[in-house]
Amino acid sequence: MKMEKEPLNIIICGVGGQGNILASQIVANAGIKQGLKVSIGETYGASQRGGSVMSHIRFARSFHPGPLIPKGEADLIVGFEPLEALRVLVDYGKDETRVIFNPRPNYPISVLSGEARYPELDFIFKELKELAAEAKVLEATELARKAGNHLAQNLVMVGALAGSGWLDDLPLAAFEQVIGELFEDQAKRQLNLRAFNEGVRGISQARPL
Amino acid sequence: MNPVFAKEAGKVVLMMGNEAIARGAIEAGVDFTASYPGSPSSEIQETLSQAAKVFGHHAEWSVNEKVAFEACCGASFAGLRAITSMKQNGLNVVSDVLNTVNLSGTKGGVVLVVADDPGGHSSTNEMDSRLHAKLAELPLLEPSTPEEAKEMVKYAFELSEKVKLPVLIRSVTRISHARGDVRLGEVPARNRKPAMGFLDRFVGHPIIHPLLHLRVSQVKAEFEKSPFNSYLGPEGAETVIAASGPSAVYALEAVHSLGLDDQAGILKIGASWPMPEEFVVKHLSKAKNVIVYEEVEPFLEDNLKVVMAGAVMGGQPVPKFYCKRSGHIKGAKGPAIGEMTPDIVYDSLAAILGAKGRQRSPKFAAAEKKVLEWKLPAREWAFCAGCPHRASFWVIKNALKEDDREGVLIGDIGCYSMGVGKTGYNLSRTLQCMGAGIGFANGLGNLKDFNQPVVAIAGDSTFYHSCLPGLVNMKYNKSKMVFIVLDNSGTAMTGFQPHPGTGKNALGEPTDQVSMEKICAAVGIETRVVDPFELEEAIQALDDALESREPRVLIFRHKCALIEGRERKEDKPRVFIDQELCLGDECGCNRFCSRVFACPGLIWDESKKKAVIDDVVCTRCGICVSICPREAIRLESAPKKKAVRRKN
Repeated sequence: MKMEKEPLNIIICGVGGQGNILASQIVANAGIKQGLKVSIGETYGASQRGGSVMSHIRFARSFHPGPLIPKGEADLIVGFEPLEALRVLVDYGKDETRVIFNPRPNYPISVLSGEARYPELDFIFKELKELAAEAKVLEATELARKAGNHLAQNLVMVGALAGSGWLDDLPLAAFEQVIGELFEDQAKRQLNLRAFNEGVRGISQARPL
Repeated sequence: MNPVFAKEAGKVVLMMGNEAIARGAIEAGVDFTASYPGSPSSEIQETLSQAAKVFGHHAEWSVNEKVAFEACCGASFAGLRAITSMKQNGLNVVSDVLNTVNLSGTKGGVVLVVADDPGGHSSTNEMDSRLHAKLAELPLLEPSTPEEAKEMVKYAFELSEKVKLPVLIRSVTRISHARGDVRLGEVPARNRKPAMGFLDRFVGHPIIHPLLHLRVSQVKAEFEKSPFNSYLGPEGAETVIAASGPSAVYALEAVHSLGLDDQAGILKIGASWPMPEEFVVKHLSKAKNVIVYEEVEPFLEDNLKVVMAGAVMGGQPVPKFYCKRSGHIKGAKGPAIGEMTPDIVYDSLAAILGAKGRQRSPKFAAAEKKVLEWKLPAREWAFCAGCPHRASFWVIKNALKEDDREGVLIGDIGCYSMGVGKTGYNLSRTLQCMGAGIGFANGLGNLKDFNQPVVAIAGDSTFYHSCLPGLVNMKYNKSKMVFIVLDNSGTAMTGFQPHPGTGKNALGEPTDQVSMEKICAAVGIETRVVDPFELEEAIQALDDALESREPRVLIFRHKCALIEGRERKEDKPRVFIDQELCLGDECGCNRFCSRVFACPGLIWDESKKKAVIDDVVCTRCGICVSICPREAIRLESAPKKKAVRRKN
């Protein structure tokens, strides 16, 4: 997606503890490297504690965008969890919205306690397919495990976004540079770069829904 | 090095609003920084603490907000620049001294940043701190973006020194926890030498009230020409949108996006108390409609109305206000409740001005309706997998049940606040402000005809913050209660900041540890330390304390799983469910482990109808090993542990 549309609105959504904030920071910094104006709004009072977490990332060239995306205005949604991807798509999606998501569920306490039901995955997939202009599934947790740590699924998903071809203005090299600068520890840097590249590779082979 | 600390002026860095506020203090050459953490403000002091090693200023996590602000005032009395930051609740803790130091005045620049939490993402209220500025008659600045927050901090130090008053900056979640590109400014050399001269005296007394009014009028004169107050739009516009904070940015976007640029002007008020009356009148006197956006209370709205009521004495017509009090500006729960959002601004603006609003496509309009039928499960907050609080609440639940006198648990503020919900088995009966739990329990424990045992909890950081007076009172007045400190070795809820019990200071250096058990012992209350992961022993300890019917303290000590996970070098043995032993729905335990224990790492496999461990979520704490009646939950390469207590 070229920056013909202003602002470009991306949402990264998931559950507390999945590394949402780090992911949004990397995407935003990649934009700054390209001279874009950027804003992130994040809700993480409940981070680490099982709540829904969502980061709004907005890029523009001609003005400084505010921290929140209006409902129905997301261009891209990156879902770290399928239920959250669907929830956010219904609220923030429009006919042109494209989605990448990790299909691995994370069960809310109300589901564990038997008071609520987690929807069938097939149902979530069907609705995502129907609503999104394009939806791609990526087994990010498995790819992260392959890269060395299942917790690096956030970097796999960032790689998937970077390699999706939906962000023409942000070259892969900008992401790699940001990740290189962000992690001072050599081992962590290597792990995160491996996970990022798994995402880039993975999305090129990912099945559309 | 943290890019926020870079010396190159002009460089553009992605910063969180809180980092921008800290950077502003650094660019003002701040000498002294002290705070108590609280979301959404914590990263300000965290950044300043990291920065202390680079720039040489003092940085501390103080024991509470009042001490932090008073320490800053102390530095100011000696001529230094000082900043403190806190969440809205913290300002209430400070308010006593705020309403005397306004009279006594200050010397070196003192800035108080309060980060409000409209909507209460992580708070027990959504109090609008701006009213404190009015109450204490102190200057107030309200940034709209992270970049502006940085500039306001720098200006606030200058203003404070000019008028000899502390200056309040009101941030909100959408500034503090937003990120944006911020341009770095110069970092000056710090060369102030602290000294208190013979005439440096700071006495609060009503006799000085006229001096405060004089100072406020000086501030007002400054604000009349402040660059933080601006008007954007056609001259003499019929419709003027007055806005403060992030609402000003939402208004700007909405006006542009709805194609209203030629019709409506935007009056952005950043230097908002005392009101710049002449500036306001200049821009509103020709308006027919005034629309006001702000969060949470109608603070700007009321102040504008007061100004305009005074201004129309000359015969001008009063503009019509479209605002919270008129009911035009409101979210789903009504006016002056919750965050301001772009959606509220777009929709209200379109409705008021008769513009074509935004509409969702038929597909999404239908989805908005269908989603209600889908009944997607909400995500309630929960203790993390491996959280010691889950063990503690399990202990309390079992002990109160065994005691069988309908004992009550009185809660407090921290991660364990979640004890009011399912994750804490709905045990906590109260949730208010820090230190209130032990206070409530003091009363309940001294009621003559009240026979239900009283147990109060507080976290380790809360213990030092505001439980000490309650602790002394419970001994002095012999309140029959058990006070349990849930000591997880850090201020976990706000990001693991150290406190006096940790033996580390804000810079991560070793310091003298203030022992909570020695404090309790010195007060003369019998105190026991137990590990809540030793379920049997902990339940027994609480049983004993309840039996004693006198003031008792228990310290449930077990490190936060997140801190422990960060510090741990080697892997722990994997926890798994022996699929041969687990009988699933055939067992008769009624899914005791996943349904009742409520750990997000212990899930139910719908296809096999048996429990499983989600190894992505599980922290391998092992506490669940002892709860399965079939002993099917096991540690890899470890002998089976004997099962204890299986109450439902």
